[in-house]
Amino acid sequence: MLYGYAGTILDVDLTSGQVAKTPLPENLARDYIGGRGFVARLLWERVSPGTAPFDPENLLIIASGPLSGHLVPASGKTHFGTKSPATGGYADSNMGGHFGPALKYAGYDVLLLTGRAPEPSYLFIEDDTVELRSTEGYWGRGALTVEEKLKKELGDEFKTITIGPAGENLVRFACISHDFGRQAGRTGVGAVMGSKNLKAIAVKGTGGLPVFDVDGLYEKGREAYEKVKAKPGFAGWTPEGTAGITDWVNEVGAFPTRNFQTSFFPAYKNINGRAVVEHLKITDKGCFCCPTPCGKYGKTVTNLGSAYVEGPEYESIAILGGDCTLDSVEEVAYANHVCDELGLDTISAGGVSAWAMECFEKGILSEEQVGRKIRFGDLESVVYLLEKMAVREGIGDLLAEGVMRASKELGQGSEDFAIHVKGLEWTGYESRNAPGMMLAYLTADIGAHHNRAWALGHDVAGSAASVHDLISAGGSKGKLAKSRVGGQAKNVIELQHIRPLFDCLGVCRLQYMELGFEVENYEELFFLVTGRKMSWDELLEVSERIWHLTRAFSAREIEEFGRKCDYPPPRFSEEPVPDGPNEGHFLSREELDTLLDEYYAARGWDQTGIPTDETLRRVGLADVADALAPGK
Amino acid sequence: MELRAIHERCSGCRACELACALANFREMNPAKSALGIEGRFPAPGDYRIHLCDQCGACAEACPEDAITLEDDAYLIDPELCTGCLTCVDVCPHGVMYVHAGTETPIKCTLCGACAEICPREAIALEGGA
Repeated sequence: MLYGYAGTILDVDLTSGQVAKTPLPENLARDYIGGRGFVARLLWERVSPGTAPFDPENLLIIASGPLSGHLVPASGKTHFGTKSPATGGYADSNMGGHFGPALKYAGYDVLLLTGRAPEPSYLFIEDDTVELRSTEGYWGRGALTVEEKLKKELGDEFKTITIGPAGENLVRFACISHDFGRQAGRTGVGAVMGSKNLKAIAVKGTGGLPVFDVDGLYEKGREAYEKVKAKPGFAGWTPEGTAGITDWVNEVGAFPTRNFQTSFFPAYKNINGRAVVEHLKITDKGCFCCPTPCGKYGKTVTNLGSAYVEGPEYESIAILGGDCTLDSVEEVAYANHVCDELGLDTISAGGVSAWAMECFEKGILSEEQVGRKIRFGDLESVVYLLEKMAVREGIGDLLAEGVMRASKELGQGSEDFAIHVKGLEWTGYESRNAPGMMLAYLTADIGAHHNRAWALGHDVAGSAASVHDLISAGGSKGKLAKSRVGGQAKNVIELQHIRPLFDCLGVCRLQYMELGFEVENYEELFFLVTGRKMSWDELLEVSERIWHLTRAFSAREIEEFGRKCDYPPPRFSEEPVPDGPNEGHFLSREELDTLLDEYYAARGWDQTGIPTDETLRRVGLADVADALAPGK
Repeated sequence: MELRAIHERCSGCRACELACALANFREMNPAKSALGIEGRFPAPGDYRIHLCDQCGACAEACPEDAITLEDDAYLIDPELCTGCLTCVDVCPHGVMYVHAGTETPIKCTLCGACAEICPREAIALEGGA
């Protein structure tokens, strides 16, 4: 018996409407744990090489982890995976909330979606009942609007995911939305859902989960809550959530500003965590079983209108705020709401908007092409661009492709400031003076995303301090120093194993990351839930296996994949930061090569950035090694 | 003793529902909890905690007299309960629950597990010795 898991994979062919339920394979649970691990392995096995992201044959996978839905702090994580329409390679994105646990209570650890529904549909799941239903009245509507309608129709006990117009229109960075403000934002998972004619999924589960030692887990689960509450960061971090880091990132000079032209936003105190709490917040809004709710739900009022919105959290503040230079928290929140309703990832959509505004500023995009004047710092400009891209109207059709493709088409030097890696727009940490963080962005498996290895703390403090400790120490000019280029690989790899492991377990990493809740706690909780004794180091070995597997997947799917996909845009290696705490700094191409050389060597990859045969076999991926072998 | 809800402290994490089911059924299953968290979104954008206040309306309505007051809590006697669900219909707070896996409705026993686990102190167990 597989304790901890619901025990079943639910396979839905949207083309035929056929539903299959198969037992969760024990070796999949053993070798890949759950969540991200399931996504990685199932994508490798079940997506045929060369499948295009919007082909019906591409898979959209939804998976929880063994700890999801149990009495473990913050056990609400749900993982989504697909072959990305943004990068063409391995893609996953996760969200908090309540969806994964609900899917487990209904009986399913994994939902595999393939095919394409003959007409716009939503998937209804209530325990054993699984059926495709018509989306009469839902297609074309906003992601939040449809969630509200579905809940009215079905009842609050149904947990939903929805896409907005952006997903329907195959915007390459469309997100999947949940719980009025949670998103699986990255890599275009919402566009793949749209390509399958699937507007929403509603799930209600009333079953229990098998637990190896239910009394032990109840006791230790309660203890874990007490331990989290006793952490010094508990009282300091929760009130502002992720937005609370805004000041510090500016003080150390890593805040994306004006399409990453610079790394310090003078108006940052207008859009920081305190501003969110003082000007917007109605309630703290937590994910499933989370003792430290970072969600701040509130209401914003601007010249363009008012809206209820969750957030903005840090990433949206950084990209819609600093990068688009909106300098009031109300405006950032409003733009955030527009993204949420349209089903756009705030990070990519904000990044694309900032790129377009810089193009306009430089005369690369004309008023005629855009359809109006646009400028940084202007909410109307940003909302105009968001609305156009979500429906691919006018200039929006170009922008919906993301900065990599759009800049390639537009040319005229716009590639130099198209801020992405592998086709995924960059998140909220400018890294020209932060070599560890830069390396983390270059090597993250989905593209320029921070969550695999948030190495900025190492760049600043030189050690693995919790975010709470970093913020408490304060930021100050000169703490980042690129003279330390070299030696980052070890830290980055360590983080790339630790942080994604939480995505396998199905719990949020923030209790560890932000508060310093010790990872060892999870060994015990994992044992009580699953009955499997695994040390943290053994769990990390699984995480390492997955890292090589996702790299192998992208190597299999992307032509000429490798080192050349691991560089940042020329802006970061050629343009010194013009002002702020890191004025004058950049990372030269030679320095980037040093970072990558060290990283590949430490990973056991060849110098073109491909896992060696020996490495793949060492981590238990002999079949993957065979598939990647020359001549195959 | 009684349970008290401080709605504005609730962040909707539902740990209370899990703890309730664990304490009363030794099951990891929030559908078997005797309280409910309602998220009121998108507007007004807050949570409401639905708790049993041991008002006794269920006991009064029960045709079998299967619900009686013991200490401060009204408890269902499974031997007497016929599963007619009259109590569920009359409960003024909507906190008597039906689950396919239980023979009697699910009702708060005033065990305090919800108040104990709540990391936000949004549920308080008050009074008593």
